[in-house]
Amino acid sequence: MAYSQKIIDHYTNPRNVGTLDKSKKNVGTGLVGAPECGDVMRLQIEVDEQTQVIKDAKFKTFGCGSAIASSSVATEWLKGKTIDEALSISNMDIVEELSLPPVKIHCSVLAEDAIKAAINDYRIKNGLPPIEEKQSEKTKI
Amino acid sequence: MLKFPIYLDHNATTPVDPRVLEAMLPYFTEKFGNAASRNHKFGWEAEEAVDYAREQIARLIGADPREIIFTSGATESDNLAIKGVAEMYARKGNHIVTVKTEHKAVLDTCRALERKGIAKVTYLDVASDGLIDLNALEAAVTDKTILVAVMFANNEIGVIQPIREIAKIAHSKGALFFSDATQAVGKIPVNVEEYGIDLMAFTAHKMYGPKGVGALYVRRKNPRVKVTAQMDGGGHERGMRSGTLNVPGIVGFGKACEICSREMVDESIRLAKLRDKLENGLLSIPETVVNGNRKYRLPHVTNISFKYVEGEGLMMGIKNLAVSSGSACTSASLEPSYVLKALGLPDDLGHSSIRFGLGRFTTEEEIDYAIGYVAEAVNKLREMSPLWEMHLEGIDLNTIQWAHH
Repeated sequence: MAYSQKIIDHYTNPRNVGTLDKSKKNVGTGLVGAPECGDVMRLQIEVDEQTQVIKDAKFKTFGCGSAIASSSVATEWLKGKTIDEALSISNMDIVEELSLPPVKIHCSVLAEDAIKAAINDYRIKNGLPPIEEKQSEKTKI
Repeated sequence: MLKFPIYLDHNATTPVDPRVLEAMLPYFTEKFGNAASRNHKFGWEAEEAVDYAREQIARLIGADPREIIFTSGATESDNLAIKGVAEMYARKGNHIVTVKTEHKAVLDTCRALERKGIAKVTYLDVASDGLIDLNALEAAVTDKTILVAVMFANNEIGVIQPIREIAKIAHSKGALFFSDATQAVGKIPVNVEEYGIDLMAFTAHKMYGPKGVGALYVRRKNPRVKVTAQMDGGGHERGMRSGTLNVPGIVGFGKACEICSREMVDESIRLAKLRDKLENGLLSIPETVVNGNRKYRLPHVTNISFKYVEGEGLMMGIKNLAVSSGSACTSASLEPSYVLKALGLPDDLGHSSIRFGLGRFTTEEEIDYAIGYVAEAVNKLREMSPLWEMHLEGIDLNTIQWAHH
């Protein structure tokens, strides 16, 4: 299967690979997927508690090139958005951006799940109610 | 000077040896006759070429030329052997014994027979090294068993089954023994008499011959084996496989076998050395494991899991190497290799596996390059892998409750 130029670019030069201190109150962590399924994404956001703006975002991903590229794109888009704005990022935006083929759409779904999981982790840490989601799809550490 | 990508997928297919191509060329244009045309020079010429090729092929496997039935490839040979025996020996029984790590051409053929109610099939497990348990085989074979089908060497991990012993068990219960030897013939000595094989599938394109031509060995005596044709037509190939013979392909197949007869032993020694160098080099990367038995194995292949990196992602990072992965991330099922699963390998290790297959034209320079290149890619991907980070932190990944989606 041929990959799009953008997937290759994000795979070769992934943006924002790394780890934020998950013990900090203003850091939200989302860990989704499973090793047996061949994809695990960890996405973290660091939020400015005054403005609710995402100051920094980092990821680490175990998966194929499309999964790595999807999480890389997600971190790029998260930075500078408020946590409410970030919720508007949908998997289809990622599909479009990277021209993901149909068999790779699950990678974008995983990235969207990771964003939501990271935001919810932040919200719960800060006494906010979690946004609605199917809890069963998420991973508990 | 290295030329990229480096081809290390010789279990998928091999390039045609230039000597093979040279032998084939006249049979496309000048000597284009139909081997079944009995009335003119063109036909005689083609028939003569086919007869010669049949001898070259028979010699490689220790058979009589009359025992070689030409087909379009190993998949067709597998189908013809299994379906042909099931039909021909239906009065004797309807039970087939095979193994979970067989090629799909065998497994799906067996499933088709089950679906149609023609045969009952036992699928034997393998141990974690990929070898079958002979006691389990013995227990599975009954007086209703007409066929035992076990591959000579596995296409994903290269593991060689105890063929002699398997043949003995099959024969002791009056069953025929069929082996898909696609990966083994031309790579290691395979002699149908010595191993007690009654039917054997193999193909030209895995041994530096052309694609689209294969053979089914069908024993003529002790016992005389027959298979029911699966295609109706002109009754070629002793009535077992109709269809105009692919003369240039067969000529190439013959030449490929002749070269293998002569060069196989030296080649396998050279490739085993290179493979071991590659394998040892890659095993020096922490948290890597070889899949399958390392002693009973083809000389030119190794299947390695690089823990905490995903195979398809890794293949993208080593694009200068043409290899294949047990990760089935590209398929809709998201299931990793059923062969690695049958070894009891956890799915995450299946997803992390890469098969390296060396061949006639692989050089030491290429292997040296591959070792460093793969190590670099693995390290880079591990830096990106949350699982690697957890591993370094001492977290047992099995204690985490993952969400399966």
